[in-house]
Amino acid sequence: MTDASMHETPRKSSIHTIDARTKQRNASESRFKAYGIAAIALGLFFLVVLFVSIVRSGLPAFTKTVVEVEFTLTQEQFEQAESQLMKTGAYQDLFIAGIQSQLDARNIDVQADPAALERLLGKIGGDIRAFYSENPGMVGEPHVFGLSASSRVDGYFNGRVTRETLVDSRFLQASDLDLVDALFEAGIIKSAFNWGFITGADSGVDNPGGAGIGVSVVGSFFMMLVVLVLSLPIGVAASIYLEEFAPKNRWTDLIEVNISNLAAVPSIVFGILGLAVFIQFMHLPQSAPLVGGLVLTLMTLPTIIISTRASLKSVPPSIRDAALGVGASKMQAVFHHVLPLAMPGILTGTIIGLAQALGETAPLLLIGMVGFVARGYPDGFVGGFVEPNSAMPAQIYTWAARADASFYDKAWGGIIVLLVFLLTMNIIAIILRRRFERRW
Amino acid sequence: MYDAPHYTERDVAQTDTKISAKGVQVYYGDTHAIKDVDVEIADKTVTAFIGPSGCGKSTFLRCLNRMNDTIDICRVQGDILLDGEDIYDRRVDPVQLRAKVGMVFQKPNPFPKSIYDNIAYGPRIHGLAKNKADLDVIVEKSLRRGAIWDEVKDRLQAPGTGLSGGQQQRLCIARAVATEPEVLLMDEPCSALDPIATAQVEELIDELRRDYSVVIVTHSMQQAARVSQKTAFFHLGNLVEYDDTSKIFTNPEDPRTESYITGRIG
Repeated sequence: MTDASMHETPRKSSIHTIDARTKQRNASESRFKAYGIAAIALGLFFLVVLFVSIVRSGLPAFTKTVVEVEFTLTQEQFEQAESQLMKTGAYQDLFIAGIQSQLDARNIDVQADPAALERLLGKIGGDIRAFYSENPGMVGEPHVFGLSASSRVDGYFNGRVTRETLVDSRFLQASDLDLVDALFEAGIIKSAFNWGFITGADSGVDNPGGAGIGVSVVGSFFMMLVVLVLSLPIGVAASIYLEEFAPKNRWTDLIEVNISNLAAVPSIVFGILGLAVFIQFMHLPQSAPLVGGLVLTLMTLPTIIISTRASLKSVPPSIRDAALGVGASKMQAVFHHVLPLAMPGILTGTIIGLAQALGETAPLLLIGMVGFVARGYPDGFVGGFVEPNSAMPAQIYTWAARADASFYDKAWGGIIVLLVFLLTMNIIAIILRRRFERRW
Repeated sequence: MYDAPHYTERDVAQTDTKISAKGVQVYYGDTHAIKDVDVEIADKTVTAFIGPSGCGKSTFLRCLNRMNDTIDICRVQGDILLDGEDIYDRRVDPVQLRAKVGMVFQKPNPFPKSIYDNIAYGPRIHGLAKNKADLDVIVEKSLRRGAIWDEVKDRLQAPGTGLSGGQQQRLCIARAVATEPEVLLMDEPCSALDPIATAQVEELIDELRRDYSVVIVTHSMQQAARVSQKTAFFHLGNLVEYDDTSKIFTNPEDPRTESYITGRIG
């Protein structure tokens, strides 16, 4: 560059006219803003679509159709039924007669066909008998029974089951739906909140109505407990050592690269590792939340280590200098000053890691937590870890894979429950972050 | 609050050598940052290190309490003796050394804790206070020494990071003296401060000279002239000249020193 060009007098221009360069810059800036808004709008659109479809498909799982009948068993009928050989059958007949009398009382001209009612309600005699043998005082008193209708009746009210689809069905016949309509008109069939879905255990493949996610929630809870108790201390200790104490040499570089790579390993690989090591080699119980938790710990550790190291790194070095300058040892500097400042980041990382583990299905496939029908709650605290159980995502996967279309609703409903838990965990992460955050 | 000063402003007391460095070499990886520096730092004296940026004065300062240990690639050779004891001896625990040789940093760096806890932290970890009352006494004494007591005595539980820059720096000085060090190292303590806060800190340094050996790194030659009794001029990792401050600023021996203080290099 020559001196002459450097000392050229600048061109005079008004700041009230926008020159071409500025126009171009402004245009590209507004273009960029538009792209950003479009991207966010697209994301939001898909989020809304996802959310609406989940809620729409999942809500039916939270309601069930119940047949509510007021029924009075006289002392005479009680004794008569108990004296018969087919006791439950006798109770069932009495109950159906009760329904018929209710229909008659409301002037509804429908024959309550016993076979049709059995298809609607299943074999109910046992339930009725069990109620009276547990509450002998109720004999002779009127009592309102709320009995779950078959999942196909649920489907009929949801519009999934129609008369056309029921042709040749052995579970429910098209003609039965006339009876359902009549019972609905009479106010005997109604929709109720399905607590059993939230608290119950999984059911067999032919009883979608009785399936609940409660037991697998417990399974997930014990699994997360294992993950939290193992991965938080191990992950934080490893990160503190690597970040603050370890010499920077080829070995620590190698470890660092490996941790980063582990974070990207497909989760099913951890599943097969867990199968080989924990079940086949160490002979830990199959399908147990303990094993699931161990596998998910392996999967979560890299996430926790990476986020913990990042938050340790983000603590300004002046704080370390200050602590060392007044004669704190390295460990005191880290634990008294660096760690409290890194805490929000560590907690957020941990909860994100846990949330990831909570939604993980693939590794559970291999250690037998999928397809397992948990019949009931585990027996006590230790039982929660070692008794066979399922986990929420595994349960959802199992339901989605079953042939009966009613399980489809359950799978969507399970996703809602899972999302509620994930959302709760994220909210906890945000609250903790706010609480621990300190400015420096 | 204090006795009358023992020394007048320019008086260099005939005191013992506190720190004696001989043939110190510092390497950052392959870079030779400090070349063969010999220096004797006297007790109860303010010694200023001046020199252009990157001349190694801060590096040398950080050698005096082994803060360079935290930098992996940094190597120190030669002898640095504190009261005749080699501080790079294998038996020396840097933690113990740093309790004796306190440090104030360029940027005020209070802990994100209360003012009280900022001061109390050092005495607590060194076990200088037997009980809460002792600690209260130490905190008050240190804050008074840091010339900040009057400003913060009513809000000792307020966060130290909420103070102004100058107050933060005096808080850091108070924190450094709370552990009863023998030497106080200051790495450009006024570079982030306005002239008023600078004047307060300089006054404070002059007060501190009564009890401590103070070593201060500064970019401001006026500051060196104002606060110090001895001045060392560093250039490109060499100690060019080390003498009484009055001599350095009025009659330097080395032409490089003269160039620097008259503004021709640096």
